[in-house]
Amino acid sequence: MAREIMKEIHDEIAKNKVLVYMKGTPSFPMCGFSAAVVEALRDTGYPFAHVNILEDQEKREGIKAFSNWPTIPQIYVDGKFVGGCDILRELHASGELQQMLDKAFAGSGESAKA
Amino acid sequence: MERAKWIESTLQRALQPQHLVVEDESALHAGHAGAASGGGHFRALIVSDAFRGLDRIARQRAVYAALGDAMRTTIHALALRTLTPDEWAAQEADSR
Repeated sequence: MAREIMKEIHDEIAKNKVLVYMKGTPSFPMCGFSAAVVEALRDTGYPFAHVNILEDQEKREGIKAFSNWPTIPQIYVDGKFVGGCDILRELHASGELQQMLDKAFAGSGESAKA
Repeated sequence: MERAKWIESTLQRALQPQHLVVEDESALHAGHAGAASGGGHFRALIVSDAFRGLDRIARQRAVYAALGDAMRTTIHALALRTLTPDEWAAQEADSR
């Protein structure tokens, strides 16, 4: 059966409060832009899941179509597309990222490790 | 045409920015996997009325739409700052 890539993406976005589509892994990012996003998210103290698109060519193209966004990394919070590296950096610098994640994790029992 | 120049003239036409700077940073990424595929790394500051009323995502999508197929071919990465003239003026004032 053909792989339902859009459904796979939809489901993983729904399942994870914070999900990053990136090149490499948080421990070994393979691209400066992905590394910058990991840094910003780590700074919030909240956990986040990741998908290494370098290991999945079909998903690499699939996520671009899904988000209508041509580049990687891409960040989803609470099922909603937040943007790529530039936007995440801006949100981090302005404090909006922290607020966004405080809100996303409010009442979830998970707290920032600070 | 030089790639950065092409990006500049394409954005100039599509967004009619008051202020536009496009830099080619490809040399900084030579040897990196993305660079090996032939796509360049660029950085752009775009100050345009076209961004008024658009959120961050919509602004970047407008830029990507203007560049079309190039985002899949000649452009591997494009770091963007997308501002309205008012936001740009405020940032300039802050930095003085």
